[in-house]
Amino acid sequence: MRKYDNRNNKNNNSHTKSRRYLEKWEDNLKKGQILSVLFSGVGGQGIILATTVLAKAAIKSGFDVKVSEVHGMAQRGGSVEGSVRIGKEVFSPIISRADFIVAAEKLEALRYIGKLQSGGFLLVNDYEIYPSTVFSKDTEYPKNIEERISNLTKNYMIIDAVQIALRLNEIRAANMVLLGALSNFLPLEPGCWTGAIKENVPSKALNVNIEAFNSGKNL
Amino acid sequence: MDIKENLQLLTGNEAIARAAYEAGVKVATAYPGTPSTEILENLSRYKGIYCQWSVNEKVALEVASGASIAGARTLVAMKHVGLNVAADPFMTLSYTGVNGGLVIISTDDPYMHSSQNEQDNRFYAKFAKVPMLEPSDSQEALDMLITAFKISEQFDTPVLLRTTTRISHSRSLVKLGEKINPDEKKYVKDSKKYVMIPAYGRVRHELLLERWIKLSEFSENKELIKVYLPGRKINKAKIGIITSGISYQYAREIFSNVPILKLLITNPLPEKTIRVFAQDKHLILIIEELEPFLEEQVKLMGLGAKIAGKEYFPQYGELNLDIVDKVYRQLFGTELISEYEIGKHTLESGSRLSAAVIPVSDKNPDEPPESGNIPQRPPVLCAGCPHRSVFYILKKLRAAVMGDIGCYTLSVLPPLSAIDSCLCMGAGIGQALGMEKADPKLKGKVVSVIGDSTFFHSGITPMIDNAYNNGTGLIIILDNGTTAMTGHQVHPGVGKTLSGNDTLELKPENFAKAAGIKNVRVVDPNDLSLLEKVLRQELERNELSVVVCRRVCALLEKVDKNNIVTIDQEKCDKCGACIRFGCPAIQLRDGSYAIDEFLCMGCNVCTAVCKKGAILKKYKKTIKI
Repeated sequence: MRKYDNRNNKNNNSHTKSRRYLEKWEDNLKKGQILSVLFSGVGGQGIILATTVLAKAAIKSGFDVKVSEVHGMAQRGGSVEGSVRIGKEVFSPIISRADFIVAAEKLEALRYIGKLQSGGFLLVNDYEIYPSTVFSKDTEYPKNIEERISNLTKNYMIIDAVQIALRLNEIRAANMVLLGALSNFLPLEPGCWTGAIKENVPSKALNVNIEAFNSGKNL
Repeated sequence: MDIKENLQLLTGNEAIARAAYEAGVKVATAYPGTPSTEILENLSRYKGIYCQWSVNEKVALEVASGASIAGARTLVAMKHVGLNVAADPFMTLSYTGVNGGLVIISTDDPYMHSSQNEQDNRFYAKFAKVPMLEPSDSQEALDMLITAFKISEQFDTPVLLRTTTRISHSRSLVKLGEKINPDEKKYVKDSKKYVMIPAYGRVRHELLLERWIKLSEFSENKELIKVYLPGRKINKAKIGIITSGISYQYAREIFSNVPILKLLITNPLPEKTIRVFAQDKHLILIIEELEPFLEEQVKLMGLGAKIAGKEYFPQYGELNLDIVDKVYRQLFGTELISEYEIGKHTLESGSRLSAAVIPVSDKNPDEPPESGNIPQRPPVLCAGCPHRSVFYILKKLRAAVMGDIGCYTLSVLPPLSAIDSCLCMGAGIGQALGMEKADPKLKGKVVSVIGDSTFFHSGITPMIDNAYNNGTGLIIILDNGTTAMTGHQVHPGVGKTLSGNDTLELKPENFAKAAGIKNVRVVDPNDLSLLEKVLRQELERNELSVVVCRRVCALLEKVDKNNIVTIDQEKCDKCGACIRFGCPAIQLRDGSYAIDEFLCMGCNVCTAVCKKGAILKKYKKTIKI
């Protein structure tokens, strides 16, 4: 089981893996390649904030950035995606294949996994939000999401971000836990991340968001 | 620190608002509509600019035109279908021209992320002979709006700035500029310019045609055209791309070894530049979303090169990297292309996108192959939404519901499945009249439903038409005190203006009474039994009635968690009636019905839906939470 929360502090195995990605992308970005990160989830899970923090951290690290968001109809409890592209020079704001997918909900991980670049990495929040179609018995919430994910890629990590956020008494900080975990994979300076969080969360919520980010980073 | 730190990460809409400030805009008007809404929302935060929500796009453009006549630089913003509403003043504004610069922003919505159609508004520019600029990112959105004001004043014409959803709602880096103070202009009486009686109109039309010739020359301006040349060898390439807007970004990323002509002005087209670009080329590939707008015009130029566009690219939806990459592979795999000396590209080095984990279906590259087995997550009416009970009752009464555009359109989806038509703003009220006139048997079975903001937008005139033509139907106005779908903008029923000033609070029922409609009632839709009684009575009545269902949007109400409900599992007989009410807070988990206490807004309407009395208030006494 690839489940991580901060009770089994410092999982060396996961950190060796993320370091390999970080080194690869340090190199790729130097060569002018564009790094694409896709965030998926359900309206209200803080997807837009997560994309903004990543984008700002990348700008602070000296990269060109483009961000794509969905507004309007999609905000009424529908599935939501946001994406960030990072590079020396970025053209399309929307992604084709994601080098990283951060899914704030399990079903939304499965929905977007087809967008994962070969060799890309998937971070999944161990959290389920049932869609209306499940309650009306038109569909069933899949019971075997982890199995289906593992059949498609070995490069994934399931994170109990909500539990970690709840221990900090702020369920809304789950997105920061996920970002913290993601930060281990990306060649952006730690100071740029905290600077970006500082600029984008209200000051009274700053500490808990930084704590949540660090918990994710130290998984 | 890197220079990029000094740049701002802005959406296209934010960049447009910033540009309006920098260009010295004094008056700005709009009606909210995705993806244009944030332009005015952002602009209204700058000091010293008069911004207003107008009741609809036609009025917005008329107010803007007045401001321009008075000498102000003026901006008006609307979504693509809004320009249909404003088409009447738009067409003739091209004749009268402007005094202060006037720019109309049209935000088109290919793929219909949040719209009822995906019309290509570039044709409006051509139709009206109005110059049109198209930015390809936020920086260009800022630069082009400032240029648009210069063009407007230099050529005495309104200018159209067209974006698409991906420009309006994508963020990219923008360098801010300083505010400029345009030359002061004053109102000058000039009836031959502004009074379009036939005699003056004929003169203005001739002037318009002269202006068009000047604009055609001006379109060759270097500021409005960008040529991308990928290195020396490629200058000899026999293939070139002509593109504009967001399509440029896909073209530039995938066809990085091909010369690209990016047009920032797409009406009129810079024909000389296009001719020079096309010289010596065998193939000109036009990359554009939706209609073959550029392609047809370039074809008419009679260039030596073969012109291709829609034979490779779809005429619907958005383009993306996958679609453009597929064409790239197609072209570079053929004998035809090797002939064009682009040469050394094999599919290995040329393919921009390596294979994904799972091969993507040919039919729709956007849809992962897993999606067949994945429950959809459609948007739904929020927990506590006051619209829900109206559609719940209408479904019970088996009424044919002629709907409109707003959050409530979501009631078309299961489990409510209670909307039978949605055409454009205001349409439902007229459609209902047409149905009863066509088939008297439908009398008493057809209702029209419209929101409050939509009623002010275009519901009043069809209501008068019903009253005048002896309609006998039922018009339901869902008054939630806001323009909810686009993010809660104020409107004439709210008592506040965009800038937060107090103003008159107009009530839809007063308009109905003023139209002589005798049966006008106002109900609280959360009183389910009263609502059902009223709707039954008014539906059976053989006269025109108007029922205003008034309760503020659930997202604007303070939630009192003391009022949340719970399900008594002993009383519950699992009939599922509560689920058919369609509230996202009512859930079915492991065979039992339950309330998600986090989502429940405490409206308590569902307690009346359960015939067994199993849905109860959770707390008997008020407690502190």
